Amino acid sequence: MSDPIIKIQNMNKWFGDFQVLKNINLEVEANKKIVVCGPSGSGKSTLIRCINRLEEHQEGDIIVDGNELSEKTKDIEKIRAEVGMVFQQFNLFPHLSILDNCTLAPIWVKKMPKKEAQELALDQLKKVQIDDQANKFPGQLSGGQQQRCAIARALCMQPKIMLFDEPTSALDPEMIKEVLDAMVSLAKGGMTMIVVTHEMGFAKEVADEVIFMDEGMIIEKADTKEFFANPKSDRTKLFLSQIL
Amino acid sequence: MQTINFLKPNRDNIKNYSIIGSVLILISLIDVISNSFLKTNLTSFLPGSLTTLFPLILGLIGLNMMRIDYSGNKKLDLLNKNINTNNFNALLTLLIIFSIIKALPPSLSWMILDANISGDSKDACTGTGACWTYIKVWFRRFMYGMYPNEFHWRINTAFILVIALGFVGYFMKENLKKYLALYYVIIYPVIAYLVIYYLISGGSFGLQWVETGAWGGLSLTFIVSFFCLIFCFPLGMIFALGRRSNLPAIKYISICYIEFWRGVPLITVLFMSSVMFPMFLPEDFFMDKLVRVIIAITLFEAAYCAEVIRGGLQSLPRGQYDAAKSLGMGYWKMHIFVILPQALKLVIPGIANTFLALVKDTPLIFVVGLAELAGMLALAKTNPKWLGFAMEGYIFASIIFWIICYAMSKYSYNLEAKYKTER
Repeated sequence: MSDPIIKIQNMNKWFGDFQVLKNINLEVEANKKIVVCGPSGSGKSTLIRCINRLEEHQEGDIIVDGNELSEKTKDIEKIRAEVGMVFQQFNLFPHLSILDNCTLAPIWVKKMPKKEAQELALDQLKKVQIDDQANKFPGQLSGGQQQRCAIARALCMQPKIMLFDEPTSALDPEMIKEVLDAMVSLAKGGMTMIVVTHEMGFAKEVADEVIFMDEGMIIEKADTKEFFANPKSDRTKLFLSQIL
Repeated sequence: MQTINFLKPNRDNIKNYSIIGSVLILISLIDVISNSFLKTNLTSFLPGSLTTLFPLILGLIGLNMMRIDYSGNKKLDLLNKNINTNNFNALLTLLIIFSIIKALPPSLSWMILDANISGDSKDACTGTGACWTYIKVWFRRFMYGMYPNEFHWRINTAFILVIALGFVGYFMKENLKKYLALYYVIIYPVIAYLVIYYLISGGSFGLQWVETGAWGGLSLTFIVSFFCLIFCFPLGMIFALGRRSNLPAIKYISICYIEFWRGVPLITVLFMSSVMFPMFLPEDFFMDKLVRVIIAITLFEAAYCAEVIRGGLQSLPRGQYDAAKSLGMGYWKMHIFVILPQALKLVIPGIANTFLALVKDTPLIFVVGLAELAGMLALAKTNPKWLGFAMEGYIFASIIFWIICYAMSKYSYNLEAKYKTER
């Protein structure tokens, strides 16, 4: 068993007086795909936002790729550059073209030469099949195309880990499939992924492990097959019965 | 047989109604025009007050008859939708049109027909209209203040140079474009300062020294506005970011700065800069009054700019910050490439507003003895040889200021259109 790339130990987080995450313990090995599910307000998004420190945790340890995240962490940017993230609302930069969205960070954060960055970006855009839209602006694209561009943008930083925060929740049903397809092919390429989603079909297809969260706690964590076939806790059973 | 319902115009009788209606409006217009231009009263046969109300009543009836919903006639629909939605609006429309017609002949005759522009002394103004001779004679003073006539070419050359340097950004090579902001924020103001210092102030290169007290007129308006505009914007940006900073020291310094400058009137700031400030300086340290005034206005307007820019920063969704951070960008990269370009685009109208206000605030420097365009007017109107022409002067100044401000607002619209990337 190899060393985990993400290690979370006894992590607690509060928003003011409200405890959003309670005693989280989680280890993710490289190349594993984890799906996090649970009702809304259960702290799923907060959990993965803590992994690249978009949210700060108050107690416990988070270790990403050998670096501990805390107030003392210097070069948090370097760690974030290793961790790609895709958001529910796409969060493309509306003032930049699709291509510039993808090349911005490689050029300015990784100091990649412009030409090389553009080639890389076109390559990534091709993988998600929107290379023909490269010179358009985000506002001119459909939701599905925008989300695929967001995936390509994150991949252009050549991250070791990809975090997905409900990537299909803001999409039309028709567009969900094109985004999921892009994610499935990314998963088959061997990327380490943590995906917060309600798409159980996706979970069954690619996930190695499924985590079920409720009220800020990890209720159940099991291999995918085990999770769907044989859920242990009653809360999980109830959730699955409602969602499937 | 078709019965005409006089009370309710509709699509069936549109032809009769619109024709009768337009004829009535036409008659009312002719009445007002003849009254105003030819001074003849076509309706003198009517008793007293009816004569004055006659065109209004006629016009109202006319517009009422033309008020047909969905008439099918595009122009008529447009008219009805915009200025003829009900009787009250129709009345307002007529009143506005009639007042314009009434006001046109006297103002025309004052400004053009009865005006004088020939000659070079007050005696040339014999007509009852405006005396543009006054503007003509004083033109150089209004433009250059007390600056010696034989050196005016120095001001002109300096302005041409500064404007030309301003366009350098357009002709920059692609690989130098990344230095564009640096150029405009630091290099350009410094060069402009040097150009203005050596050419307009003189004192070296065989040019005679002209002290800033002699500067004035429109050229001073330009100099003050120019430096205040280019300095207050970056400064405002810094304080806007500072106010949103997580570091308490920076945050509270920014808040204090902004609230202080927003809380004091510009006129007291100007007094302080020219009267109080030198008292605190060491004996041998000299700072020109004009420089002090420019610094004062810059600091003052920067506070306003900061709040406008902060508004833009706050309107960006949090997701933009998240996305930039998640890509590994630090504070400065995130702001320079992601946040500020979007925020500044959003605040173009607000910034244009602040800048226009700044240009129109420059006449206030008169209180510390610097006479730009409006200040020169105030001096000129008290000249014993030219008493009684304040009106001409203020109209002239209004037109000049209007042209400057309109050009600026037009430019801001162009910028908005240029950077519009949303659908």
